[in-house]
Amino acid sequence: MDQTGKIGRRFLLAGAAAGLAAPAVQAQGAVTLRYVGTAVNQHQGIKEKVRQDLGITLDYIPVTSDDVVRRAVTQPNSFDILDSEYWMLKKIIPSGNLVGMDANRIKLVNELTPIFTRGEIGGRKIGLQGTAPSKVMYLPQQNARSFANEPTRWLTLIPTTYNADTLGIRPDRIGRPIESWAELLNPEFKGKASILNIPSIGIMDAAMVVEALGQHKYADKGNMTRAEIDLTMRVLTEAKRAGQFRAFWKDFNESVNLMASGETVIQSMWSPAVTAVRSKGVPCVYQPLKEGYRAWAAGFGLPKTLTGRKLDAAYDFINWFLSGWAGAFLNRQGYYSAVLSTAQAQMQGYEWDYWMLGKPAAQDIKAPDGTVMEKAGAVRDGGSYEARMGAVACWNAVMDENDYMVRKWNEFIAA
Amino acid sequence: MTAQAESVAVPAAQAAPVAAAAPPAGRAPLWQATPLGLVLLLFFILPLIATAVVSFWDYTEYSLVPDLTLRNYREMFEGCADFSSGGCTTLRTYLSTFRLCAEVALVTVPLGFLVAYFLAFHVRGEGVRMALFLLCTAPFLTSNVIRMISWIPLLGREGAVNQALLALRVVDQPQDWLLFSEFSVVLAFIHLYTLFVVVPVFNSLMRIDRRLIEAARDAGASGWQILWHVVIPLAKPGIVIGAIFVIVLVMGDFVTIGVMGGQQIASVGKVIQVQMSYLQFPAAAAQAMVLLALVLLMIAVLTKLVDIRREL
Repeated sequence: MDQTGKIGRRFLLAGAAAGLAAPAVQAQGAVTLRYVGTAVNQHQGIKEKVRQDLGITLDYIPVTSDDVVRRAVTQPNSFDILDSEYWMLKKIIPSGNLVGMDANRIKLVNELTPIFTRGEIGGRKIGLQGTAPSKVMYLPQQNARSFANEPTRWLTLIPTTYNADTLGIRPDRIGRPIESWAELLNPEFKGKASILNIPSIGIMDAAMVVEALGQHKYADKGNMTRAEIDLTMRVLTEAKRAGQFRAFWKDFNESVNLMASGETVIQSMWSPAVTAVRSKGVPCVYQPLKEGYRAWAAGFGLPKTLTGRKLDAAYDFINWFLSGWAGAFLNRQGYYSAVLSTAQAQMQGYEWDYWMLGKPAAQDIKAPDGTVMEKAGAVRDGGSYEARMGAVACWNAVMDENDYMVRKWNEFIAA
Repeated sequence: MTAQAESVAVPAAQAAPVAAAAPPAGRAPLWQATPLGLVLLLFFILPLIATAVVSFWDYTEYSLVPDLTLRNYREMFEGCADFSSGGCTTLRTYLSTFRLCAEVALVTVPLGFLVAYFLAFHVRGEGVRMALFLLCTAPFLTSNVIRMISWIPLLGREGAVNQALLALRVVDQPQDWLLFSEFSVVLAFIHLYTLFVVVPVFNSLMRIDRRLIEAARDAGASGWQILWHVVIPLAKPGIVIGAIFVIVLVMGDFVTIGVMGGQQIASVGKVIQVQMSYLQFPAAAAQAMVLLALVLLMIAVLTKLVDIRREL
């Protein structure tokens, strides 16, 4: 009896201390945030850490990237945090369903990488064709439905991850250096090439090829004129009719299978898919190309319906996200994080050197689950952060002529 | 879209007999029909009307604009009068879809008939027959998508079939037409949908009065003559229903055509899916209305061939 009483009191004391130390949200009971986004960013590790550190429960709702837009536009009450890509904003912001985030409540807002705030890296301008994040980063007022041209107090999204995409190749099957996007349509790879069947991204990869072939120089690959769309689709259609493509892919796993099974040897690809192919023991390289990369970026947005404790919790979560742990977590998977200084503090020196500085790995590089991803001595595809993000040519985009483009893309599939 | 196309066409086929069978006398039958009527009204008629209405709306990147415009239909048939470049997208897409339907129906109907005939006439014991029939449905315990995807490692460039052909020296290099081609699409459809023919044909065959066959034999008919002049005419409703199932399923499909065709083969369902994912709901609705009209037309033609209602 006596003993249990003591334990009980000690337990109570500990509980009270924890209550004092924890943020206000926890004292009033746990808050759950409904988090809508693509499954790619919904990591279990982040969810657990957030619960530990903040007492906030993330309720992941995984949807396809098309559905992220559809949800944001048609069901703004169905989420508390939107994990959206920047190109989607051109569709979402005019609907008025997202609210500008107050820069004064984001602690590290001045630490955000200049890729987002000014469209530059290391003082150098990067390629801004397409829906570059810096073009859609700010709103003139909190409830504005169009974008501001200069930095303001109201942010559309707080960046989470971004990366630069290129072609994946099978070096063992190709056996020679690949240096240009033009190789995608090289008849040498007839029946062994693939492109992704997501019109808005597929056409930009095609545009990289058309430009590399020297057939046309686009003013903006992410915002083509009708004539440019016609030209690009004509080049693709000719290649399709000549049997250049083995298949088109629509989701991550399809792209992994095509490459791993030897159906294709060169195709548009996403960085984690290349890692997945390699983890099957199949050689695969995410090949940097001289024309540059097609980049993408994602971030958190808040619905206008969010108020009170949930709104506070959402800001707490976003501030936590930028504070280092999550950044290091993402950097270790080959993505880039929005605030580099805090992420660096959470990474080992050799990890930082490998992932961010493009140096040979001083020791084995391990995935978050402890498996070895790269042996000591390996060098990351595309080199350092600055080399890679500095070579971005264009960004995933929504064109003004989007309707026309989708119609032409359907025509291409039917050709 | 598959699900939608199914739900559009199948109730239509089932609803007809209900409406026709209602006798004029008394109110009781009306009450009895009310629950189904309400379900159909809520989940079939109203959504259909909504689709029809939306197909005349205008749209932007992020919103639907209530309107009365022919834009969606106009854009769908743009350039269709010009045959010089091989017809317009819509025409080519429908032709490609029709061709797939025809190919699949031409294989599944005879194949399904054969299986059903074997079950109905060659298997003696009632227990064995039911056991074999249930065996036919066993693959349906796994998902449609998995049954389809399992073909990929088999037919791929480095797959089992190609390796066997190479080892047997039948071919000297891997055959690409086995996968991501019209062949693989039709193969997967046959695998997925033959049972949809087996079931109604089996049902029709089991209802044939065996004395008719004995009578034909006594009258001196050969086996082929019995099949041609007695069994097939009596099995017609089952055959037509099976064919309707298969055609409707293939018309609305985009998953199988997408995965097995390597996303390179056009289908109406795929077009609708792409439009929906780009929030072009009115354009997708217009496309769906045209698809629906064509499917109804085909069913009308098929039911002209056989009066299903009379024979059921």
